[in-house]
Amino acid sequence: MHGRPRKAPTPEEQEAFSVKASKLRTLQSQFLQFHHAKIYTKEALDVSAKLLESNPEYYTAWNYRKLAVQHNLNLPEVENNEESVKLILDEELRLVENALKRNFKSYGAWHHRKWVLSKGHSSTDRELLLLGKFQKADTRNFHAWNYRRFVTTLKNIPNEKELEYTTDMIYDNFSNYSAWHNRSVLLSQLLKEKAKGYSPKDNVFTEEYEFVRHALFTDPDDQSGWFYHLWLLDQTVKLETLLVSSWPPHGSNLSISVDGLFGDCSLSPFTNLQTNTRILPLVLYFSEAVENVCSSTVVIECENIASNELVWRSLSGDGTGSAQAWLTYLSFPEEHTHSEKAYQVKVSLARSQGIFSSTGVHHGDSSHIEFSVSVPPYRSEHVDLKNEGKISWSDESFCTHDAQFLESVLVNLFHLERTKIDETVVDYQWNITTINNEISHCRELLSTMNCKIGKLTLARLLMAHDTLMSYAGTSHRNVSPHAEILQLYDDLKNMDPAHLHHYQDEYSIVLLKQIISNQELLLKHCREYRDPHFPRINKFCLRFNNLSLSRIGSMEQLLWVQVLDLSYNQLKTLEVSYGIWPLLVNCSLLWQLAMKEHVLWSRWVHGVYTKNNDNIWIHTPPLDSSWYWKKVNTLKTEMQGLEVMQLLSCLNVSYNKLCSFTALEPLKLLRSLKVLDISYNEIGAHSIDTRRYLCSSPLNHRSGGDWKTEESEIHCAEVADYWEAYAIFKNLNLIQLDLKGNAVSNEKIKSLLIKLLPSLKWLDGESCR
Amino acid sequence: MEETTSYPPVEPSNFDLIVVGTGLPEAILAAAASAAGKSVLHLDPNPSYGSHYASLPLQEFTSYIESHSSQSSSNLPIPQSDTDSGFTRVPLTTQPLYSSVEITSYSSEPLEQSRKFNIDLSGPRVLLCADAMIDLILKSEVNQYMEFKNIDGSFISDGEGNLESVPDSRSAIFKDRKLSFTEKNQLMRFFKLVQGHLEAAAAADGGESSESKSISEQDLESPFVEFLSKMGLSAKLKSIVLYAIAMAEYDQENGDVCRSVLKTKYGIDRLALYHSSIGRFPNAPGAMIYPIYGQGELPQAFSRRAAVKGCIYVLRMPVNSLLMDKASGSYKGVCLASEQELFSHKLILAPSFVVQSPLPHSSPDAHDFGSRNTTEKLARSICISKHSLKLDVTAIHVLQLSSNVAVCPSGMFLTYLSAICEDDVQGKKLLHAAINVLFHVPVSGSSGNNNFAEDQSETGDAKPALLWSVLYTQELAKFQDVLDNIIHTPMPDGSPYYHDLLGATEKIFQELYSGEEFFPKSTSSEEGAAQELED
Repeated sequence: MHGRPRKAPTPEEQEAFSVKASKLRTLQSQFLQFHHAKIYTKEALDVSAKLLESNPEYYTAWNYRKLAVQHNLNLPEVENNEESVKLILDEELRLVENALKRNFKSYGAWHHRKWVLSKGHSSTDRELLLLGKFQKADTRNFHAWNYRRFVTTLKNIPNEKELEYTTDMIYDNFSNYSAWHNRSVLLSQLLKEKAKGYSPKDNVFTEEYEFVRHALFTDPDDQSGWFYHLWLLDQTVKLETLLVSSWPPHGSNLSISVDGLFGDCSLSPFTNLQTNTRILPLVLYFSEAVENVCSSTVVIECENIASNELVWRSLSGDGTGSAQAWLTYLSFPEEHTHSEKAYQVKVSLARSQGIFSSTGVHHGDSSHIEFSVSVPPYRSEHVDLKNEGKISWSDESFCTHDAQFLESVLVNLFHLERTKIDETVVDYQWNITTINNEISHCRELLSTMNCKIGKLTLARLLMAHDTLMSYAGTSHRNVSPHAEILQLYDDLKNMDPAHLHHYQDEYSIVLLKQIISNQELLLKHCREYRDPHFPRINKFCLRFNNLSLSRIGSMEQLLWVQVLDLSYNQLKTLEVSYGIWPLLVNCSLLWQLAMKEHVLWSRWVHGVYTKNNDNIWIHTPPLDSSWYWKKVNTLKTEMQGLEVMQLLSCLNVSYNKLCSFTALEPLKLLRSLKVLDISYNEIGAHSIDTRRYLCSSPLNHRSGGDWKTEESEIHCAEVADYWEAYAIFKNLNLIQLDLKGNAVSNEKIKSLLIKLLPSLKWLDGESCR
Repeated sequence: MEETTSYPPVEPSNFDLIVVGTGLPEAILAAAASAAGKSVLHLDPNPSYGSHYASLPLQEFTSYIESHSSQSSSNLPIPQSDTDSGFTRVPLTTQPLYSSVEITSYSSEPLEQSRKFNIDLSGPRVLLCADAMIDLILKSEVNQYMEFKNIDGSFISDGEGNLESVPDSRSAIFKDRKLSFTEKNQLMRFFKLVQGHLEAAAAADGGESSESKSISEQDLESPFVEFLSKMGLSAKLKSIVLYAIAMAEYDQENGDVCRSVLKTKYGIDRLALYHSSIGRFPNAPGAMIYPIYGQGELPQAFSRRAAVKGCIYVLRMPVNSLLMDKASGSYKGVCLASEQELFSHKLILAPSFVVQSPLPHSSPDAHDFGSRNTTEKLARSICISKHSLKLDVTAIHVLQLSSNVAVCPSGMFLTYLSAICEDDVQGKKLLHAAINVLFHVPVSGSSGNNNFAEDQSETGDAKPALLWSVLYTQELAKFQDVLDNIIHTPMPDGSPYYHDLLGATEKIFQELYSGEEFFPKSTSSEEGAAQELED
């Protein structure tokens, strides 16, 4: 039962236990003899019944009972005799009831009951009565709730009636997670069926918000109501999947420069791309993880490009075929002309063409993006870019742009953001009104008391509101909510230091969002990299250094970034967290599951949901599993990071808190990355990385495939020592790498990296070739 | 008198205690004394148990009220000062508790079904599940003679007569749809504050320190109403806590009218009692229960308990006079209407009995023994209607009962009202105001207007029409007992609960038999009691 402390047994009780144990042992050995000899007589059954009535946890005995029932049902004198069949099964039900009286949380007993009922010979009338008793004794007994769902399906009890039952249970005592959860399951089903009185969904949710609000205001310290509120919020911000952004952006005029030579005003990352190939990455970024992005669902109309031959790959790298960002490469042929050639590219995602989200929502609208690309004429002599010198990350290398110029660049950015990619305008009025309403109620609650969870919810609501507003395409937002959200997380950090890291992460994400959505703020972070020795490599650089960031976000707005400075922050990983979900918390749960750690919760999940044989990465949650569990599962596909910046060529993450090479996982997919500074982190300082939750190891399927393609002249022992480094760097084409200031940095790894990266010219500031 | 012959003789003639009147305090004392091994004789001039605590059918109720009211006070018997047995006979007279009885019948229907009513003389009154009375009922095993039912809801009225349910628990606050969200939050936080205070107090008693915060001493001594304001409760919440949960008498916010200001510490005690009542018995979800067949069951049940322990009962037996020792003037025994003389060490008298001053020359005060100093009165009213009240005027307690506690015919509702007042006029004014707010009072008082009630049934939202009503005021006096060995039991008080009454009764027992245990512990358990409660 809940909230009842366990008492230590007294010596007398312990004595009684040992007497009982010895009796049980005798009974057990007797039972096993019968079991092994496959004896299913009445005497044998009585022994197993006695055993189970005193110890319902003895799974073997339940299995024996099942075998016995099967055996006895097949006896010739029983087989077609309805009476005898019923007699045998009723005896099983009676035994389960007695066992449950001993321990009403016995998995084996509940399972046995289900098994018997599924035989279809027993009356189900008694079941709800029995359940009534158990649910009265402990209203949060999830076994009983599970069984209830089983019985109601069996008896075809309408969901509406069961929903009323949850209302009664909640009225009785509203701190009942199970009742709230069952409510969410039932409502989802009713809404899906569009049952009478449960459509439109807007009205239903408005009533549900009102209902749970009574609980929240009555006792804000009780978490169960907040939990349901979070579910409602999740349903409210769940929209049709949208194409959020792309690279190249809609309406852009891009010039590819193969030799890296531009004119004066060529700095804008939106108009010029410096590359040494004629290949242009095309990135589509969706509002949630989607599946089935391929040449048949995305049509590209462009001269000389065969749309149906394009290969799309997901950018989350987990290989499940579901991702938020998708990548393909457009390759422009080298033509023997002497003038630039402009290509018009049109990318269309047609409606009902099979792109669907991991939650089953179809990509709702037909979107298209159009841009033009100017490709320079063919040159026989390629400019040798390898002559490039070392990039210095010191402040002197960066100069502020002339403000006017920068503004013109950024106007471009903000302009593009506002150009809606989507043609159809979806009406978000209800969602926005609902969130606004919840925000004002949350403020009302907070005006009278200081409540952690209320503050957190307000922060989440404000963030959700901001997201909805941006999706709705509202071009001018009167007041930016970010400053308030930041203040809320600052308060929370002080009020609730136990969850400091989570609040810090959320703070970082909001901070980035604030900067990116505000032109003036963003301007302060834009720099021009100018090396006096190499005037050709002027680059537009985004500097987010010294911001105490512990996480990065808003990636969808940063697809264009080529030079990024994240030094002097608190980053532990280059993965991103999205939306209202405490990713870090859930990732740690996922990590426990993946590693099958001996944490009770993890063992329970494996026992109940994944049945011990399912790989967590390919597990699909059953329909009646908890909403939280489903959410944890969707996160598997939503974990990604810097890999969406396909144009990134220089990255500085020095002076952060990265503590293993695996934290660099997203970089594996960055083909264009040339310069990387990971100096002065904590790589190698912790023998076991307890702060990162998802990493690839040779044993993990995420990188398992890569691992097999071993073609190394590299000494195996070296790889074995630095398999993490090997997995990250072997596909990169780095020219410059800084590793110093990490615990792992030594000659051995340096020599491995030199071997691994043939293109590498500068290691820790020294020429290595 | 001829009737004398019909009185049976009483055997034996010597007792430890004689109790006159079978009201609840008398019955409890008789049962307690019997349980303590005393020989007890319990007398009542009335034909039924309960005295001023009885529940009676409608006609009997009417005649009881009329015969015990001051308009029809009986003639004083002629004092007989001398007897042949060497005692002074001091006449025992009755002084009625009731006055200003006003019975109005708007319909013949209730009287036609008179036997189906069980009307409490001292209503409204209910039992709180954690009340000391319930503890006593369980301890004395009286519960085996009774059945209780849960009171479905309690309501508080605003000035306009709109009744609103009292959000008295966490789930009631959650369910309430009239409080604003902020009020819900404030009220629940206040309950938590009180809970924390009680936990801290309990921990301090146990010598432990508690994390819970206790309320400061200064606050505890302040008026409850001020404390509630300080805690930021809205006017509506204050009245809910004060009048509907703490059941404060008088208007606490109006200093001129308020005769007793409830201090915070007592207010918190009352809240604590109320809250520990909720959920004490699994089949009674609310805080309050009520005995099936009416409150009159309680004195009867205690009387049965006394009888089981050897108490002798004689009903329809008036006591004519008390026997006093000629020399010392102290009490020796009683003389019954049958002229039989019975002797006891102690005597308990119901509050309606008055002893003429035994030795007029000896007492300079020259007042009758048992004189009552009446400073206030209690106005009571009972209304019968055909429809349930949809939904208390400040500090007027109202209790509505239906046929499922077997106190009225099905399809009718009994509503009790009471208010403390200074005199009959004020009391009636208060109750009339409340009745007018709650009911539709037919213009004509005659019973001929029978169709009216029927008409009302069609207009669903209208207030229920009165079928029958009674208004009466009851004295609310404290006794100044001066004679040894004779004690008066308290009058039915204005509280809607029993604990004050029980407290006073227990005190009398201690005075009578100091050192004796008030109902020795028996083996019965609470579970048994819970089973007695019906769903």
